[in-house]
Amino acid sequence: MTPRRAEGAPPDATDKTAAKSGDPRDEIAVHLSAMRAFAVSLTRDPVAADDLVQDTIVKAWTNFASFRPGTNLRAWLFTILRNHFYTMRRKLRHETGDADGAFAARLAEKPAHDGRLALRDFAQAFAQLPVEQREALILVGASGFTYEDAARMTCVPAGTVKSRANRGRRRLAELLGLEEDEEMELTDRATRAVMSGHGRSGL
Amino acid sequence: MFMAMVQDDQKKRMDQQIDENLRKVYQRTLEEEVPERFHDLLRKLKDQGTPE
Repeated sequence: MTPRRAEGAPPDATDKTAAKSGDPRDEIAVHLSAMRAFAVSLTRDPVAADDLVQDTIVKAWTNFASFRPGTNLRAWLFTILRNHFYTMRRKLRHETGDADGAFAARLAEKPAHDGRLALRDFAQAFAQLPVEQREALILVGASGFTYEDAARMTCVPAGTVKSRANRGRRRLAELLGLEEDEEMELTDRATRAVMSGHGRSGL
Repeated sequence: MFMAMVQDDQKKRMDQQIDENLRKVYQRTLEEEVPERFHDLLRKLKDQGTPE
């Protein structure tokens, strides 16, 4: 068999040609880079992410009968990936008592703020979010799944996905110093002016 | 009322900015080359696998 990826070609383009060979499972290859990106956002560790992807590939391949043709394969793969991630995480927690704490501590420092939003700072701030918020933001904000899709994948109501994503965005804004400080202040001042105006008239 | 609308607008713009950065960070990982071990694994599964 020829290698799936020709040199220099974008991985997506060549992966797609691989999917034409008949076995529907060959299509899994098309989603490998997305699976890695999702895994990285969950684990925050490239090595753990690749292990997670590897396990997901095996699970997907051997359980492919439970995939309904015509439905979203990427969503199906992401669901397997995240379920496996949570299972492993529970195990890890059970063993070490702390799956997230050490990582959070390493990142506790606020990103240096130089006026513009550096992507690295953003990635660091993102990594500090609780896993449910990271998941919601990656599925909806970055991967373009609908709230309904993401809800099905994460087994919670769409409203929960929405509020997780929104809480994640608020927290990111806070960590990155993007809060509407000035505007809020102006609003407060305006409000106070109005309030004090009323107050004075009452005096 | 007006202030609330201005704030809503600002929030929306901030959310857009956040999502844009999110996509950029995500895209960066997407563009990384997929390790050959995954393709090897798929080949191995296919070779040993139950042909449909």
